[in-house]
Amino acid sequence: MDLGLSHYLAVSAALFTIGVVGIFVNRKNIIVILMAIELILLSVNLNLIAFSVFNGDITGQIFAMLVLTVAAAEAAVGLAILVVYFRNRGDIAVENVDQMKG
Amino acid sequence: MAVYAFWILATIVVLSAVMVIAARNPVHSVLFLILAFFTSAGLLVLIGAEFLAMLLVVVYVGAVAVLFLFVVMMLDVDFVELKQGFLSYLPFGLLVGAVFLAEIVLASFAGLENHVSAFDASPGAATNAEAIGQVMYTQYMLLFQMAGIILLIAMIGAIVLTLRHRPGVKRQNIAEQTSRRRSDAFELKDPSSGQGI
Repeated sequence: MDLGLSHYLAVSAALFTIGVVGIFVNRKNIIVILMAIELILLSVNLNLIAFSVFNGDITGQIFAMLVLTVAAAEAAVGLAILVVYFRNRGDIAVENVDQMKG
Repeated sequence: MAVYAFWILATIVVLSAVMVIAARNPVHSVLFLILAFFTSAGLLVLIGAEFLAMLLVVVYVGAVAVLFLFVVMMLDVDFVELKQGFLSYLPFGLLVGAVFLAEIVLASFAGLENHVSAFDASPGAATNAEAIGQVMYTQYMLLFQMAGIILLIAMIGAIVLTLRHRPGVKRQNIAEQTSRRRSDAFELKDPSSGQGI
């Protein structure tokens, strides 16, 4: 059996699902939530690139690059917010975030 | 041959992704995240998307994962406490995950039927990077510039968020130094003999 598009779609679907489950099971640990979001974005990238390659259209790879850019920016800003939150409170418990009130 | 390599890499990707969300120690989570990124770069090399594979290694492993590692090690957090509730959230998480997986499988295999598999990672060019470069700087110039602006804004945002001025730290203020006049610093007195100022 040759390597086909459905192989890559299967891996991508598995990664996406693991990312979503990771957000649910690690509700107290915001660092792991951010990592699960990175996993989801990785699966989106895999999907875009697989479709791009198996359709012979380069556009998907351009968009994968843009997703990569946004993922890097999101990780940087998210971790910066986390550092500021830790500095103000001394912990990173997610359930106390609503105490900040703006 | 490529199929065997695919299955090996795919198994490693999925297992390391599971370990990212299941590991007790967040440092281990980050290391498994690096493994997942690295292995999916291998998956991309298999289908000829070399440029994106290298980009994945450079950006994710080189920048994002190291950033995560910095933050995890810098913050002094009791991670055992954060891990509580893992098992109580697990059934709900698995339920949502199963629904998501079913939806994705349904959607992708419904659309696959009228799908043509061409397998060409670099259409109209010799190499993958050349094919990307041919459209990146011409057809998608605006998107390319916007990506740069997004990165700039993210950089400024991260700096503004984490910058702080500690009180009691002496800093050089160049504008204050250069705008200092002779009359601010000097005062001439003419005390008469035997008297103080």
